[in-house]
Amino acid sequence: MFFIYVQKVFWESSSELLLRKQRSVKKNIWHLALILLVALLPLVIRGSYSYLLSLMVAGGIYVILVLGLNLLMGYTGQISLGHAAFYGIGAYSSAIMTMKYGLSPWLAFPAAIAITCTFALFIGIPTLRLHGPYLAMATLGIGIIFTKVMIAWDTFTGGPDGIYGIPNFSLGFTAIDTDIKQYYFVWLVAILIFILSYNIVNSGIGRALKAIDSNETAAEVLGINAARYKLMIFILSAAFASIAGSLYTHCRLFISPQIFSFMLSVKLVTMVVIGGMANVWGGLIGALILIAIPEFLTIISENWQGINTTELEIAIYGLTLVLVMIFTPTGFAGMLAKIGLLRKQKRISL
Amino acid sequence: MSQILQYLLTGVTVGSIYALIALGFTIIYNTTDIINFAQGEFVMLGGIIMASLYRAFHLPLPLLFVIAVLIVTLVGMCIERLAIRPVKSGSIVTLIIITIGVSIVIKAVSAMLWGKDAIPLPSFSSERPVRILGSSMPSQSLWVIGVTICIMVIMTLFYRYTRLGKAMRACALNKVGANVVGIDVRKMSLISFAISAAIGAAAGALVTPIYHAGYDRGTMIGLKGFCATILGGLGSVPGGVLGGFAIGILESLGCWISSAYKDVFALAVMVLVLYIRPKGLLGK
Repeated sequence: MFFIYVQKVFWESSSELLLRKQRSVKKNIWHLALILLVALLPLVIRGSYSYLLSLMVAGGIYVILVLGLNLLMGYTGQISLGHAAFYGIGAYSSAIMTMKYGLSPWLAFPAAIAITCTFALFIGIPTLRLHGPYLAMATLGIGIIFTKVMIAWDTFTGGPDGIYGIPNFSLGFTAIDTDIKQYYFVWLVAILIFILSYNIVNSGIGRALKAIDSNETAAEVLGINAARYKLMIFILSAAFASIAGSLYTHCRLFISPQIFSFMLSVKLVTMVVIGGMANVWGGLIGALILIAIPEFLTIISENWQGINTTELEIAIYGLTLVLVMIFTPTGFAGMLAKIGLLRKQKRISL
Repeated sequence: MSQILQYLLTGVTVGSIYALIALGFTIIYNTTDIINFAQGEFVMLGGIIMASLYRAFHLPLPLLFVIAVLIVTLVGMCIERLAIRPVKSGSIVTLIIITIGVSIVIKAVSAMLWGKDAIPLPSFSSERPVRILGSSMPSQSLWVIGVTICIMVIMTLFYRYTRLGKAMRACALNKVGANVVGIDVRKMSLISFAISAAIGAAAGALVTPIYHAGYDRGTMIGLKGFCATILGGLGSVPGGVLGGFAIGILESLGCWISSAYKDVFALAVMVLVLYIRPKGLLGK
């Protein structure tokens, strides 16, 4: 029995290797198309639509957040309900280090990642050893604690008013302060992270995660330490969130506890689910839907008087979560795969 | 001394509520393996329905209590029928995400229906506080503690002596086995949601005269109830009750140290428990 398991897992990973070469050409075309699209988008956005550029800066930041969460949810079968807190820890660390200690944003950036990863390590070690939704609950707890502490600890964090007047990133000769500069900067990071996620998924780590997913016992027999791989991905997703946080801080120049609320964590989970778990493209699609929904709702509220859009927006997120999980658990990317536009994922951790 | 007693009394009151929520979590978890993230919303709904009905009609409180519990029980059953049962791939992650979605919808719809202001409700008996050994507590606390004990006794008897209770215990032990001996596991899932919702609503209605009702009360109280469940041991009924009282008292004493960080204590305890003894105090 065990032998068959071992053979199955081993065969899957070796066939993966063979297929990789054929795919790499096709993969590069898609990646190139994405890069071109991102590079050329500002040329199309003109005149009265220039606010879209600012929206796309936020979009790029969400892409980074959702990609990290997508790795965690899709490949380890765990949920983080406090991802906004990791985002917030990154943002606050960056802001406090530049504002209080006069550090350069470029130094605060990696330091913030280190701080965020330490928190993630602290939460991940006890919870990822266990089977069950312990990580979800612990991260939910951390998410709520984070907002409370940021409000209560006002001498250090600025309390409910937050921190403002944070410096921009600067390239020596020029500060990254206009929408167009921020757009290119944020999307450069987002695309690097996209490619990194793609490569992780298709590397030894990704194959180990797939093996754990298809049969954890068999994978452990092969010498894969399941808990360690899960922890690794969790910390990586926290690091992505921290990067997004620092970018947000030094682009928007203002942060407050409300931005990193539990609602944002829920939004992020919704977007991962809608975009499609265990699919890097799903993460990208999900994040873009995330920024589109509030825009649509603003249009609706302009035509429909007396509708509370924030509550409606939240209700729609909740309802979408339920409906997507019932009818298409593989999300948007899964639907695209069905009609042949995206490569079908062999197994989706559900 | 009387100050410590004061904090203890508050702790036991709040702890009763956490114990009831933990009981709700355990009942659903044992029969379906689902962590029901909407448990806190049942509590919120119980309180808000009773308070708003009272504001609108001024009916006698016991009647309103029964109506509120019945409505929320129906909501719980609808959730099971509409959101849990249609799921094709019955994996745990899917089901948990669904309960998260459900809880978000309930919260948002409540905010739309009842607005964002807190709704008060008078105490069940008199507004005069009860004095015990130099410290005082609201008379409602006695109702909270009393009804909690009643519910605990009823649930124990139900599980131990009724046919349905025995069937539900069988489900908790082994679903396939239960199915083989002719127990309808899907029906048990529906019943567990109904009982859980009823207990949650009762907890919410009981605590509303002290803390008022509001659309946003569910998340935090549900989370603390879950902390209690983890502390006591996921799946253990006496564990959940013990954990509930422990978290309540701990939080109340923590409030003595720093009220700004009151909500942080329960969660910190949960993370610590996951480190030291993940199966909880009385876990299997």
